[in-house]
Amino acid sequence: MGQRIPLLEVKDFTLQFKQYGRGLKQIETRVISGFTLDVHAGEIVAVVGASGSGKSLLAHAILGILPSNAATGGSLKFKGEELSQSLKERLRGKEISLIPQSVSYLDPLMTTGKQIESPLRKAANAVKSVMNRFQLGDDAKNKYPFQLSGGMARRVLIGTALTSGAELVIADEPTPGLHKSMVDETLGSLKELAALGRGVLMITHDIDLAFVVADRIAVFNKGLTVEVADAKAFEASPDNVKHPYSKALWHALPQNGFHSVRGKDYGEEIDAGCDAGEEDDA
Amino acid sequence: MTIPLKPNPPLALPRFVILLRYSGKKALRLLLLMFAVSVVCFVLMKFSPIDPIEAYIGGEHASLPPEQIEHLREYWGLNDGFAVRYVKWIRGLLEGNMGTSIVYNQPVADVIAEKFSASLLLMGTSWALSGILGFSMGIIGALNRGKLVDKFIKLYCLTLASAPIFWVGILLLIVFSVWLGWFPIGLSAPIDATAAEATWGDRLYHLILPALTLSLTGVASIALHTRQKLIDVLDSDYALFAKARGAGKWLLFKRHGFKNILLPAITLQFGTIAELFGGSTLAEGIFSYPGLGKAVVEAGIRADLPLLVGIALFASAFVFAGNFIANLLYAAVDPRIREGARRI
Ligand SMILES: Nc1ncnc2c1ncn2[C@@H]1O[C@H](COP(=O)(O)OP(=O)(O)OP(=O)(O)O)[C@@H](O)[C@H]1O
Ligand SMILES: [Mg+2]
Repeated sequence: MGQRIPLLEVKDFTLQFKQYGRGLKQIETRVISGFTLDVHAGEIVAVVGASGSGKSLLAHAILGILPSNAATGGSLKFKGEELSQSLKERLRGKEISLIPQSVSYLDPLMTTGKQIESPLRKAANAVKSVMNRFQLGDDAKNKYPFQLSGGMARRVLIGTALTSGAELVIADEPTPGLHKSMVDETLGSLKELAALGRGVLMITHDIDLAFVVADRIAVFNKGLTVEVADAKAFEASPDNVKHPYSKALWHALPQNGFHSVRGKDYGEEIDAGCDAGEEDDA
Repeated sequence: MTIPLKPNPPLALPRFVILLRYSGKKALRLLLLMFAVSVVCFVLMKFSPIDPIEAYIGGEHASLPPEQIEHLREYWGLNDGFAVRYVKWIRGLLEGNMGTSIVYNQPVADVIAEKFSASLLLMGTSWALSGILGFSMGIIGALNRGKLVDKFIKLYCLTLASAPIFWVGILLLIVFSVWLGWFPIGLSAPIDATAAEATWGDRLYHLILPALTLSLTGVASIALHTRQKLIDVLDSDYALFAKARGAGKWLLFKRHGFKNILLPAITLQFGTIAELFGGSTLAEGIFSYPGLGKAVVEAGIRADLPLLVGIALFASAFVFAGNFIANLLYAAVDPRIREGARRI
């Protein structure tokens, strides 16, 4: 990589919440600190991290839909331009689109067809082709979310990103609950998007999934980028990654012996290993 | 009712069968309710200290010869025990005869028909007005949450929700009729005109203040409810997602807000018919508006049992119909109920 301006550039990004503790005392909880990553056009970058590590918040920050008690620091850039709130509002749905994490992001009183249709551009053809592609038959078009199976609803969510024509797609856990063939179909369409020159940021807790599609993997723990590694190298051997948390992730995979990551807290080592985890794009 | 996830179960019933079965169940319940209401009315009257004859002829009671009074008692059927009177009344009812009103000396059905047409105008106007006004106020408040307009709407609703109708009515009466002289003090038509002579213009003119009284107090619950519902929608995940897809405030409301708040508003508005009935009784009293509300008060204080039971039954059927319509509409608008009901 290198000289080209990345589609998305995240640098030293921090995110914290203001909360009221005891007796109206304000306390700040930091969820993401010093996160650095970039996504170029035509590549898939996976962000892998445990539950509650702040992955969804990162996605929401890029789209400017954080809760009001959140504050951010560091910089987010889209095509080299600093992402201010007003720029985010202009870009979202057009240049940047989100595949949200859960089915609750579907309007309970809206039919599938309308749901997939972008609120900004009315294109019946696009809806139709997306529905065919994700095996949502014609009868699914007039169904409400409560009438869809978990997998179908998930496919509707993915479909929403494809009707937007965005250059950067942020997929927040796009595959849980999907049948193996639909997982392949989903990953296939993410790859296709990348092949078309779009950038994809895929958020997942499943490093195996990241190995399958991603060009690069950012390992994320407790709000810190532990390291960004080349996916192929990472998959081949844990020796190709530096940080103990990354190594542990690798060892936890079934094909590598299934050693649990849980039992141990890598918190201190992360702090110590920050330098070692610096981005390494060589 | 559990909501099945699987699409199209094989045992979906035709829609009208469900509707029929539902209506049948409701009709049965209404009959039971009316039976209970009539019994309660008779029991209450049994313990009422008011003597209808005394109330009917007023102070001249003493001057009337006892045989005359006895004759009247016989005529109104007051000499029977309450149980006998109840049986006679039920028998009449089954033949379509609701009895004769003592106060108006007319068949109860006729009295109700006449008074209700006046009340309907009043209730209908204030119902529609408070519904539309309250719904809009709720939307405006929610879309401007925390701003001055919102605070004002909230303050208004909270004040009005706890203000008694008679207080608001008297206030309006004092300000607009007594001080400013813009509106008549009461009645539904000019006092020197007979009912047939009164023009629509006259009627509307006399309607404004009582209708305003009911609407001003009626908006509170629907406005607060709609406001909260819309806020919930705007805070939902799906609204967040719509924002992430580029929808602005107005589009967000159009695409997701309206349909999601219309439903609870409709239900609530039909559910308020009971309150409206009670409210119009008070408003009619204040403005001497000759409707059903005034008639029921007369029936009560003058121990006119046939009229009282008649109005009570009519009112329960009316309120029941309101709730029934609310449920049907609810089912028609909400797909979760509409589609879900077919597979019970
Ligand atoms: N409004 C909020 N106020 C305070 N803390 C919050 C708020 N929203 C989220 N958090 C905290 O931020 C952390 C990260 O949340 P986030 O949803 O980004 O996790 P995640 O990595 O996406 O997890 P998962 O894999 O389960 O989806 C969580 O610990 C959560 O408790
Ligand atoms: Mg998440």
